Amino acid sequence: MFKYLKQLTSLVAMVAVLFTFTTETMAAKKSKTLKNTQKKGFVRCGVSQGLPGFSNADAAGNWTGIDVDVCRAVAAAVLGDANKVKFTPLSAKERFTALTSGEIDILSRNTTWTLSRDADIGLTFVGVNFYDGQGFMVRKSSGITSTSQFKDGISACTNIGTTTELNMRDFFNSKGISYEPVAFEKADEVVAAYDAGRCDTYTTDKSGLAAQRTKMSNPDDHIVLPETVSKEPLGPVVRQGDSVWEDIVRWSLNAMIEAEEYGITSANADSMKTSDNPAVKRLVGAEGELGAAFGLDNEWSLRIIKQVGNYGESYKRNIADTGILPDRGPNELWTKGGILYVPPAR
Amino acid sequence: MDLKLQKIIPQLITVLVVVLVFGFFTYNAQINMENRGIDFGYGFLSQESSFDVQFSLIEYDGSHSYFRAYLVGLLNTILVSVIGIIFATILGVIVGVARLSPNYLINQFAAFYVEFFRNIPLLLQIFFWYFAALRALPLPQDADAMLGVFFLTIKGLYVPAFIWENLNVFLYSIIAAIIAIVVIRIHARKIQETQGKQLPVFWISLGLIFILPLLSFLIGGVSLSFEIPQLKQLATTSFIYEGGLSLPPELIALTLSLALYTATFIAECVRAGIQGVGKGQKEAAASIGLNPNQVLKLVVMPQALRIIIPPTTNQYLNLTKNSSLAAAIAYPDLVLVFAGTALMQTGKAIEIVSITMLTYLSLSISISILMNWYNKKIAIKEK
Repeated sequence: MFKYLKQLTSLVAMVAVLFTFTTETMAAKKSKTLKNTQKKGFVRCGVSQGLPGFSNADAAGNWTGIDVDVCRAVAAAVLGDANKVKFTPLSAKERFTALTSGEIDILSRNTTWTLSRDADIGLTFVGVNFYDGQGFMVRKSSGITSTSQFKDGISACTNIGTTTELNMRDFFNSKGISYEPVAFEKADEVVAAYDAGRCDTYTTDKSGLAAQRTKMSNPDDHIVLPETVSKEPLGPVVRQGDSVWEDIVRWSLNAMIEAEEYGITSANADSMKTSDNPAVKRLVGAEGELGAAFGLDNEWSLRIIKQVGNYGESYKRNIADTGILPDRGPNELWTKGGILYVPPAR
Repeated sequence: MDLKLQKIIPQLITVLVVVLVFGFFTYNAQINMENRGIDFGYGFLSQESSFDVQFSLIEYDGSHSYFRAYLVGLLNTILVSVIGIIFATILGVIVGVARLSPNYLINQFAAFYVEFFRNIPLLLQIFFWYFAALRALPLPQDADAMLGVFFLTIKGLYVPAFIWENLNVFLYSIIAAIIAIVVIRIHARKIQETQGKQLPVFWISLGLIFILPLLSFLIGGVSLSFEIPQLKQLATTSFIYEGGLSLPPELIALTLSLALYTATFIAECVRAGIQGVGKGQKEAAASIGLNPNQVLKLVVMPQALRIIIPPTTNQYLNLTKNSSLAAAIAYPDLVLVFAGTALMQTGKAIEIVSITMLTYLSLSISISILMNWYNKKIAIKEK
C-alpha cells in the first residue's frame, strides 16, 4: 500500500495541475470584465460631458451619439439589450483614470488614438469610429479665412489634457507665431470663454468645432477654417489586460461598419438570414460560430444591427441629420471613396 | 507592569492597522498597475513636456521638462495665494473693524457683505467673477484708458511696465533705509527707558524710507521709465495690447473671488478678537493717561491679536487650498498644469497626484509654521 503512495501523490498532483490549467483557460475565455458586466446587467461606459453628435444627453437624460452607439452595440451583443448601458460623463482629464481604475469598462469619448496612450498608460485602443483632424474656429467678423492670417499674440481657447494642446503648440511653433493658450477643464467653459471674446480662436477636433458651433449664442457668426492641422483618429478604448473584452468591443464596432458594407440595416437584418452571401449570413448569425470565440451566442451581431443599426445609420441619425457634418468625408466606406475599412468577420 | 501593557497594546494595534491598510492599498495598486502594464516611476519629470502654459513667472515653453512645468504651476499657485492673502487680510481687517463701528450704515453694510459673500459657494463666485465680469468687460479696441495708461479689457488688465536703470542701487537704498529704521527704533527705545524721552520714531522712519530711495534717483544714477501698452491689430475685429505688462483675466477673477470670500471669515476673526478684549482693559489704559491711539496700539491690539491669529491662520490655509479651484477658469495653477495637463499627457496618475498632494501639504505646513511662530511671538510671555 505504502509502496504506491509516492506514485499516487504524483498522480493526484498531476491531475490537480491539469485541472487548474483547464479552469484557468476557461476563466480566460470568459473574461473578467465580461463576467462582471453580465452579473451587473449593464455596460459601464464613459462618455463626454456633452458633445452633440458624439455623446450628448437630452433633457430627459437619454444619451445619443456615435460614441454612445458603440457602447449600445456592446450592450446589445453582451446583454441582449442596447439600453442596458450606464453612462458616466467624464472630462478629458478624468477619462483615462476612470478607465484604468475600473470605474468604467469602455471609454467611448471622442478620444484620439496615439502611440503613447496606447502603449504607455495601460490602455488599448480597439478601433476608429471617426476619422477627424484638428481645426480652428474664428469669428466671421475678424475677416480671417485661413490660418496663414494668424499673427503674433493671438489667443487660443482649448481643453486641457487633450492632444489638441500638443498639436496647437506644434502648429504655432512651426509657423513661428507666438500665442496665448487658454486651456479649460470643461468644453462648455471653453465655448463660453471663446463666445464672450476672451480668445481670438477656438481649436479642437473639427467635428467638435462643428458640434460646439451649434451651442454658440449666434452660430452664424463663426466659421471653421479650412485647414486641418493634425490627424485625429477617434475611437473606443478599453483597459489593457482583458483581451477577450477588447475583442468584443472591437468586433462590435467592426460589425456595425461591415453591416453597412453589406447593406444590412436595422430594418432588413432579419430577412438577410436567407441571403446567398455567406459573409452576410455570418454577420446575422445564420452561419458559422463567430460568437463562441468570445463566449457569446451566435446572434450577437444580429442584435447590434437590429437594435443600434449599422454605422451608416448611426452616422446619419447622429451627425448628418443633426446638421453637424452632413458630408461624411473620410468617414465613408472604402468602397465609396472613404477610408472606413474593417477586417472581415469570419 | 499591567498598566504599562494596557497603555501599549492599543497603540500597537493602531500602528498595525495603519500599516496593514497602507500595505493593502500599496499591494493592490502594484498588482493592478502590473496587470495593466503601467510602470511606476518619477523619470518622466525630466522628459520634455511639449505643452505651453498661458501665464508663467519663470521662463517656460513646451521644450522644457515636466519638472519645470511643475514649478510653473507651483509658482502660479503661490502667486495667487500670496496676493489673495494680502488682499483678504486688508479687506478683512477693514470690514471686521467696520462691523464694530458705531455708525449704523457702516456696520450694517459690513454685516451684509460678510453674510452675502460667505454664504455663496466659492466655485460659484469664481464663475461669476470670471464669466459674468468677462462678458461685461470691453474688447481691447473699445477699452478706455484709466489714468491714461491702464487698460482693463476682456483679454486682461494691461499695465505699464517699469523699465529700470541701476535697479540694484535703488534696492540697496531701500535695504539701507530699513536697517537705519531698525537701528533708530532700538536706540529710541533705549532713550525712552533710560531718560523717559520719546523720539518721533514714526516720522523719522517715514522720512528715511522716502528720502534714501529719492537720493538714489538724484545721485545714484537710478532712472525709471514706463513702457505703455500699445494697441495692436491682429485681424479686422481682433486686437491686443503690446508692450507693458498684462495680467490675465483668470488671475484677476481668481484673486478677486478668493480675497472677497476669505475676507468675510477674517473679518469675523478680527471682530471676535477685538470684542474679546475686556472693556475694563480699555478703561484702565485710558485712566493711566494713554491717548486713544496708544490704547489701541499698546493695550487692545496685542491682546486681540492673540485671539485673531490662530483662526486667521486657518483662513490663510483655506485660501491656499481653495486656489486649486483655478482649474475651472483656466488659471494655470498647480492643479491645472501639473495634476491636469501633465497627468493627462503622461498618464502617471499615482506619481503626479502624490507629488501634488505633498506640495499642498508642504505649502500649508509652511504657512502654519510661519503663523505659529508669529503667534508665539505675540503670546503672553510669563516672566
